Amino acid sequence: MLSFRDLSFRYKIPLRGIGLVLVTTTLLTLTLVLRERQELHRDIIDGARVLGAALVQNLAEPLRHDDVWRAFELIRAPLQTAGAQATESRPVALVVFDAAGGVYVSTDPDRFTMSMPPEEIPAIRPGAAFIRHPPPDPAIVVDRADDDFILLVSPIRADGIHLGALVMAYSKAAFTARIARLVEQAAIVTGLILAVLVPVTWYWGARMAKPLVDLAENMGKVSSPIPPDTAFASLGSGDELGRADTAFRAMVAQLREKEALENEIIFAERLAAIGRLTAGVAHEINNPLGAMLNAIDTHQLHGGDPAFTAKTLSLLQRGLLQIRDTVSALLVEARPHGRALGAQDVEDVRTLTQANLDGKAVRLDWHNGLPRNVEIALPATLIRQVLLNLLLNACLAVHEGGRIEVVAEAEADRLKLQVANDGDFIEADRLGYLFEPFVSYRDQGHGLGLWVTYQIVDHLGGEIAVRSSEQETRFTVILPIPHEEAA
Amino acid sequence: MTDRTRRRVVAGVVGTLAVGLWPMVARALPPLRIGLTAVFLDDQVGLLARWRSYLSARLDRPVELVQRRAYREIVEQLAQGRLDCAWLCGYPYLRHRDFLRLLAVPVYRGRPLYQSYLIVPARDAQTRGLADLAGKVFAYSDPDSNSGYLYVQHRLREAGLTAGSHFRRTFFTWAHSKVVDAVGTRLADGGAVDGYVWDVLDVHRPEWTTQTRIVEKSPEFGFPPFVAAAGADPAASAQLQQALLGMSGDEGGRSLLRELHLDGFTLADAGLYSGIAAMLAAL
Repeated sequence: MLSFRDLSFRYKIPLRGIGLVLVTTTLLTLTLVLRERQELHRDIIDGARVLGAALVQNLAEPLRHDDVWRAFELIRAPLQTAGAQATESRPVALVVFDAAGGVYVSTDPDRFTMSMPPEEIPAIRPGAAFIRHPPPDPAIVVDRADDDFILLVSPIRADGIHLGALVMAYSKAAFTARIARLVEQAAIVTGLILAVLVPVTWYWGARMAKPLVDLAENMGKVSSPIPPDTAFASLGSGDELGRADTAFRAMVAQLREKEALENEIIFAERLAAIGRLTAGVAHEINNPLGAMLNAIDTHQLHGGDPAFTAKTLSLLQRGLLQIRDTVSALLVEARPHGRALGAQDVEDVRTLTQANLDGKAVRLDWHNGLPRNVEIALPATLIRQVLLNLLLNACLAVHEGGRIEVVAEAEADRLKLQVANDGDFIEADRLGYLFEPFVSYRDQGHGLGLWVTYQIVDHLGGEIAVRSSEQETRFTVILPIPHEEAA
Repeated sequence: MTDRTRRRVVAGVVGTLAVGLWPMVARALPPLRIGLTAVFLDDQVGLLARWRSYLSARLDRPVELVQRRAYREIVEQLAQGRLDCAWLCGYPYLRHRDFLRLLAVPVYRGRPLYQSYLIVPARDAQTRGLADLAGKVFAYSDPDSNSGYLYVQHRLREAGLTAGSHFRRTFFTWAHSKVVDAVGTRLADGGAVDGYVWDVLDVHRPEWTTQTRIVEKSPEFGFPPFVAAAGADPAASAQLQQALLGMSGDEGGRSLLRELHLDGFTLADAGLYSGIAAMLAAL
């Protein structure tokens, strides 16, 4: 499953931006709604206090005169005249209690029946204590979380004598409905804001992410061979990413130089290997030449005999063929480019290294398992160089009377080359550094042979492994054979 | 502007004012003060203004219409000579016959009679009469009203009851229309109201009357009359009597009568109020 961490900055930055916008607008809206709620509540209470104060002043007289109707008209007025007022800031019921604590009159006679004690009226019960024993404060707000109404209890007094109490009930349902409407409106406004901000944030975020994405893509393009500068998208900015891009390009330029240098080294090393061959090759040419000259001398001395002449010519022919084989192997080696690998290439390597072994009594086990007359889609020059390097190393390492084994096998999708000898072995602490440049364990080496071999194998996507013990040192190269289409 | 022209302008202004004031100066009589009680829909201020100017024109003198909350206040002002005439209920008229004279009685639906209605909230489908209102809250209009108080007292007495024990609670609204309001809003479980006022309200404020249901209608009583105080100028009160009786005779008067839902005014004697007198005597 794709985690957020793995997501492209192209999406991550806009998503983070949108998240931030969402959190900000939500918090802001929530704060405003809560504030509005608080203010609304305060407005209701303030309004109730003002209304209550005005009513209790006027209610004292009807209570003293026992004028129910006048009291009713007084408390009914706020409900009738407040038509334009929002429902939540209008009381749903006003009840006047007399000094004895019973309902004197109310705007809702069905619910608040005359003479009923406050304890028997569910809506009023929370305020009952204050109705019977009004505190000195002008009005008491009774607002408990689980009650349906906010009650404002105002004592009615005349000349310090307790005449009764006015209770104004405000519906919490209307209040809640108003808050719900408020939340709804806030949600709509927030939605509209988001509808504007989200695309803008997305666009902005995407724009911010683009240089990063470009840089990442540029970096991803770095491979062997390193593509030209025109292949990389230009960031063209002077900020940190622009600087990173500049530094990246400098790095790429250095890499390109290094690559060129490496190529040069590989080529030079190949020529060096040819150089190392030359002595052997000269010897290889010299030997038949000597034999042929002897044959010619003998012919000149004895001559005439057609049978002997035929024998001499045959000898000359074999000598010249041997020379031709050697020279053609060398010619192929010096030719830098282009052919696919064939069985003959492996044989050429054998021919070229023959001379290096001639001085020693070394047994060469040569298994060329490549099919005849079939080309393998691998560059012949490079494979020959790999085999040559390993074989030359083996020739140097092998002792008098020792053994060298070369195995070349082609499978359907890979080429396997093995070069083994039973001579000097490589100590274990050296194995780790074997393929680094300028690491040589011989006085006459310059330490580039195995490094170049490693570079070639790596370049071809293959692997090179070495096992070394007192009995045997064996290099194994495995190279994938690319399919024809891909090649 | 010269001094001469200024004097001329001032003289002109004074002259215009004098000519304009002439009719008032001509009627330098003191205003006729008529007290009104809630025996009709006395909150129709426009109607009252038109009636006042109509009477003023007919009497050729200023007319003041004085409204008070309680019948008692009007009666007191009549007794003190601060009012010349008044439109009163038959009950206070009978109680204060010693200083009140009948002027004219409105004719309602062809006769100078009206009824008291016993009303209950429309939602109350059970109540059939006064007896069913035992232990309930009852609204009276005015303690000096026949239809809105006396008749109920009489009925209770006939049934061997008293208001204090029969009803749980009673109160006065000081107006018949407000009795309808009190019963309609169910502040009171029942109320006694002037049948004429209820009928007129049924036209003007059907939203009130539809909230009430008439349970009982009383026998017919003499309609609340126009009376004159004993101390009032006899000529003036006679003029008012003629003006009232003549209202059905001219278009202005007929228009006012239509608004009042009355047919006109008629002469009557105290015998019209014998029904009320009998109840009063029994108290």
